[in-house]
Amino acid sequence: MSAKIRKIAVNVEETHIEIGLTIAPPTRKAVAVAVIENPFAGRYQEDLGELMEIGAELGALLGQKCVEALGITPAQAESYGKSAMVGENGELEHAAAILHPKLGAPLRVAVEKGAALVPSSKKMGSPGQVLDVPLGHKDAAYVRSHFDGIEVRLNDAPRANEIMVAVAVTDSGRPLPRVGGLVASEAKGEDGLR
Amino acid sequence: MPDVTLRKIVMSREEIYHEGGPVADTPLLRGSILAIIQNPYAGRYEPDIQGFMDDLKPLGLQMAQKLAGYLGGADLVQGYGKGAIVGAAGEIEHGALWHVPGGYAMRELLGDAMAIVPSTKKVGGVGARLDVPITHINASYVRSHFDAMEVGCNDAPRADELALALVMTTGGRIHSRAGGLAAEDVNGKDGLR
Repeated sequence: MSAKIRKIAVNVEETHIEIGLTIAPPTRKAVAVAVIENPFAGRYQEDLGELMEIGAELGALLGQKCVEALGITPAQAESYGKSAMVGENGELEHAAAILHPKLGAPLRVAVEKGAALVPSSKKMGSPGQVLDVPLGHKDAAYVRSHFDGIEVRLNDAPRANEIMVAVAVTDSGRPLPRVGGLVASEAKGEDGLR
Repeated sequence: MPDVTLRKIVMSREEIYHEGGPVADTPLLRGSILAIIQNPYAGRYEPDIQGFMDDLKPLGLQMAQKLAGYLGGADLVQGYGKGAIVGAAGEIEHGALWHVPGGYAMRELLGDAMAIVPSTKKVGGVGARLDVPITHINASYVRSHFDAMEVGCNDAPRADELALALVMTTGGRIHSRAGGLAAEDVNGKDGLR
């Protein structure tokens, strides 16, 4: 069963100056969102397998969209995140079914490797509401410079019977990281943590 | 003459497959690019501001090229619009400086598009959103191409900034069926019909 996609949005944000300092090269973040029909809107469905398959499909598609929008090779991706917002006729568990069982593996193919847990957020929502997608380093969750987030919203989604599914990918950390901790160049990237 | 100081670029692209009706073979693309720059006139009344229009021209052209590329190339673009959000320490007149560099950059890039570029502007705080109007690039009356796209950025415009927007589409509304002048009937002489 493949997702019934109404629209896909891809946003790219580049920061050239932060608090007066030039950022060269600019830090860049992308977020890709698919607005899909919720096959289980308006009823309780015990088996959420269909949404899990949709998650797998969207992990690949949205991961590729981000990498393509950034104009990088998959290996150049540095951090990632995922989120979902479920329209009012669905339930929060629908977001969990899309995000957690199967979305990660194909996303990791799209960004090459990805030893770390993909940070996530989810909520119920309505058209125009903001979804904040958390970001963390793709190979070592403790890399402190890459803890970040990116906001996404669409004025016309999610409608009551829809779900918004978002994947975010960056080619960089925050513009001016200086709070210490594990740095990306010293991460081993074996256990997904350090 | 003030320089253009760019803090951020935000690009958005929507691929629209359907809106409850038949699924399109080729999705409609709607894209926007937003440049967050310093407002050189923030915090004071400056009588002579027109020189900044020339300063903005290279930025306008760069933005138009980047956005057209994001939608697959200038030859695919059928609709356009522009807008500006002026940070709170500026005045609405500063937003009007975007008319010439924003409009002509797109018209030049799109092969001398005939129609006036529809626009809107306002003064707004950080996170303000702007609904940018869109019309057909060669004939303003083409009804299928009347559209709009919302733009904005959560951390802009700050009080001393301008957020300058261009938007482009690759076609009319996804289920357009409200009649009027059709794109294929345009004579393309006066920019209107």
